[in-house]
Amino acid sequence: MSVEGAIERLVRDESGRVLATLVRVTKDFGLAEEVVQEALTTAWTRWPDDGVPDNPRAWVIRTARNLAIDRIRRQQRFDDRTHVLEELARLRAPTSPEDAVSAYPDDRLRLLFTCCHPALAMPARVALTLRTVGGLTSDEIARAFLVPRATMQQRIVRAKKKIQGAGIPYAIPDPAHLDERLAGVLSVVYLIFNEGYAPTTGDEGLRVDLAEEAIHLARVLHQLRPDDREVTGLLALMLLHHARRHARFDAGDLVLLEDQDRGRWDAEAIEEGCRLAAAAVTGPPSPYGLQAAIAALHGSAADWEATDWPQIEQLYRLLRVQVPSPVVALNHAVAVAMAHGPSAGLALLDDLSGLDDHHLFHSARGALLMQASRPTEALEAYRRALDTVGVGPERRFIEQRIRTLST
Amino acid sequence: MQYLALIYDVEDRPQSPSEFEEMMGGYFAFNEHCKKEGSLLGGEALHPTATATTVRVRDGETLLTDGPFAETREALGGFYLLECRDLDHAVELAARIPGASTGCVEVRPIMVIPGDE
Repeated sequence: MSVEGAIERLVRDESGRVLATLVRVTKDFGLAEEVVQEALTTAWTRWPDDGVPDNPRAWVIRTARNLAIDRIRRQQRFDDRTHVLEELARLRAPTSPEDAVSAYPDDRLRLLFTCCHPALAMPARVALTLRTVGGLTSDEIARAFLVPRATMQQRIVRAKKKIQGAGIPYAIPDPAHLDERLAGVLSVVYLIFNEGYAPTTGDEGLRVDLAEEAIHLARVLHQLRPDDREVTGLLALMLLHHARRHARFDAGDLVLLEDQDRGRWDAEAIEEGCRLAAAAVTGPPSPYGLQAAIAALHGSAADWEATDWPQIEQLYRLLRVQVPSPVVALNHAVAVAMAHGPSAGLALLDDLSGLDDHHLFHSARGALLMQASRPTEALEAYRRALDTVGVGPERRFIEQRIRTLST
Repeated sequence: MQYLALIYDVEDRPQSPSEFEEMMGGYFAFNEHCKKEGSLLGGEALHPTATATTVRVRDGETLLTDGPFAETREALGGFYLLECRDLDHAVELAARIPGASTGCVEVRPIMVIPGDE
């Protein structure tokens, strides 16, 4: 492997892990990040001449640890940090890759819980998670969310200050709060995925692949908590959605699930997603597990007609109980239409409230009205959809439908 | 770490005698809980904002204003000074303060000034 390749992989896969360990030992987010960054910079400058060490991660941990010891000794601080120095000295750099995984398996999980703490605002949680656990640069995150770099840097700096100043713990929550807090972490990960999957703003050409970042984070969580069905469900759900990425767009235009070329789906990801989804739905129903099961039924259907709509309809019925949101009810209505005809679905849609500003509601009505051979009302529905949709492929799709119905 | 829990609530919310007793009972229970775990460093209830005087010194002159610094619907009505492990502990205690269920509680870490022991 080239030196550049080795370093890039290290930054991508290991920086979150190394940082997590340093944060735990130093209890100082800022310091930990500085020394890890400096250790990686040193690697950039030294490895081309010296060669890549046998165990790059151990090298980075050792270098970062020594830098941290140096800095703490130099700082004239009033509080006693002898105990931190002692712990740093005890920090044993892993001697083999296997050892490195098993040595401090919970450090990244702690870091995730810290970054996703509910005392931080959602945009700060997202940015901090991508920066520290995901290993992205502030610049990449700023581009992904289309905000100026200075704004993103400030957001991250503020979040770190709050963690330090407010005493946000660097810990895995106690069992009484674990499920609730884990749900919060999962929603950050899913939000990152959705921002990558259906960008609310901007041109996807410029974007870092947020969907892949989210899957990476879910894999980290899954590795650390393999038996948690919600973690498994979310990973499965994202894998199954992401598997369809190449078929979802044609020259930048949105292609509906029913029209997608299923040969372009990522068969390997679908296989993995289906396997995980099956594990996620054993036991009582859970939100991500149910959504994963629905995605798995779509993923394993040979074509649109062969889809098991009755079962999807039932899964949505269960999901409505778990997640009483109008968007889930909307999806349920569409499944009912597929299983029992457009009129049955339209009847359910008419009972829904709270979605008047949601373009998906009007688009779904438009599609069902078209199927029910009511083109005038369908055109009206798509016009409402156009009023509520943002820019991008979804808007172009609605415009296309309006053109078809107008001729 | 030390935290100040600032209790904000509507001042003139009508309260029946039994509601008042229930609230006071809640505060006594909170005090007991904190004393038992050793987290209570102090705390007081405040007279309503109608009794407040705001003081400013400008160019050496002391200027007084009748009333609180900020006129808001929810006013500062009391506070606790708490010793906590971390923010999670502080939040757990803040959620037990009866005022959190009717108004809100702002949790602020106490700043440690180096050298000021």
